[in-house]
Amino acid sequence: MCFLALLVSGVEILISHPRFYWGETGNVLTPPLFKLPIPSSRATVPTGYGYVLPDQNGWSRYLHFQAAWLAVLTGLLYFVFGLLSGHFRQNLFPARADLSWRALSTVIGKHLRFRSATAAEPGSYNVLQQLTYLLVIFVLFPLVIWTGLAMSPAIAAVFPAAVTILGGQQSARTIHFFVSVFLLLFLLVHVVMVSIAGFRNRMRAMITGRPAKDMELR
Amino acid sequence: MSKFSRRKLITSGIAVTAGASGLAVAARLAQRYGLIPPDAGGFYGPGETLTYAAQRLLTRHSMAREFAPSQISKPPFANEVDPLGEAFKRLQKAGFTDWRLHVDGMVARPASFSLAELRNFPVRSQITHLACEEGWSYIAEWIGAPLSHILDLVGTLPQARYVIYRSIQPDWWESIDMADALHPQTLVAHGMNGGELPVGFGGPLRLRVPRQLGYKNVKYITRLTVTDNLKPFGKGMGSASPEAGYAWYAGI
Repeated sequence: MCFLALLVSGVEILISHPRFYWGETGNVLTPPLFKLPIPSSRATVPTGYGYVLPDQNGWSRYLHFQAAWLAVLTGLLYFVFGLLSGHFRQNLFPARADLSWRALSTVIGKHLRFRSATAAEPGSYNVLQQLTYLLVIFVLFPLVIWTGLAMSPAIAAVFPAAVTILGGQQSARTIHFFVSVFLLLFLLVHVVMVSIAGFRNRMRAMITGRPAKDMELR
Repeated sequence: MSKFSRRKLITSGIAVTAGASGLAVAARLAQRYGLIPPDAGGFYGPGETLTYAAQRLLTRHSMAREFAPSQISKPPFANEVDPLGEAFKRLQKAGFTDWRLHVDGMVARPASFSLAELRNFPVRSQITHLACEEGWSYIAEWIGAPLSHILDLVGTLPQARYVIYRSIQPDWWESIDMADALHPQTLVAHGMNGGELPVGFGGPLRLRVPRQLGYKNVKYITRLTVTDNLKPFGKGMGSASPEAGYAWYAGI
């Protein structure tokens, strides 16, 4: 829900200026790093399209920040709980044996041949899942929060280094865009894999925290 | 059913009550320390309040980044404005000699200053970043009188909490809290990049508040009003932005 809200409002904000820059500054008078071939909601942006989309930035910005707060607060709860309960250690950090090239290539090969998870690997994550989840939890989420905050003029005043390390406020915006794209890709692949593995059972398990069998016993 | 024991019910009941009263106490404290923005009503109120309160606690005294002269954007981008009205054009024809900045509200000595008087006030010049909520930005040198100096001159009353500033253009007004109004980098700007402030960038007079986004930096200002309550102004949401759907606080 939060992700969807962030995605929709993020796209709405983006189309008011679908150009990206590197460094501290960037505007329609400076050359962009790249631009998206979409129309804009502002007449000042040259897009090549003969029309201007309606301005949706007001509620989009309100919604983006509200959803961000909700996502960050739940994320924090999950993070603290994951550390305390040993969930990260037990389930997400791959076993050393799984990290050898041979083990990795076996798993990758299995995925490429679209062999779905069956009785052989019922309740645990495989090494690819583990690595992906680690990347999302410890790299992409922190990075998307950091780059989001780095765009704030008030936060930049308190933690200037958080902006300069990234290369500037426009760099932060560009990284924010790419990380969001990666998160969207993760979500799409995640949902596809879950549907392959049996949508009803997995969704039930995710929400209730119990495997499907257990539910049927009750 | 055994999972929902009486003990569990009681503990969760206590937790919910504690949570709710904790929230109520937090809300009272936030109100008392001025951490609730004027547009806190409605669906987006919680998020706005969290943002404003968190940034106020963190940023009250922080200074916006200042840059080297070599980092000034050439050319900077002047965002479009509504067509300038008759009142503006008449003053422009006379070289802005009759342009005045009125100061009223909760002040001991309401006053009105000409451009010449404002230029004779202590000058602060700073090279700062101006970012628009749309995503673009530029760096420029801004020259002007610190708003805090003007507020000192007119004698702001101790109960003052906000400063409202109005453009000569109709329905263009904003307000900031005293933390931003008294901040040393908040300027009544009359110059830019070593010269006079061009009309495209808000000349002859623009309020420059570098720790907030572009839309809080109102162009062509003619009036400051000091107040302890924003409710009586406009629709009571603090400024023109929330009336148009944009957040009152634009620190992010």
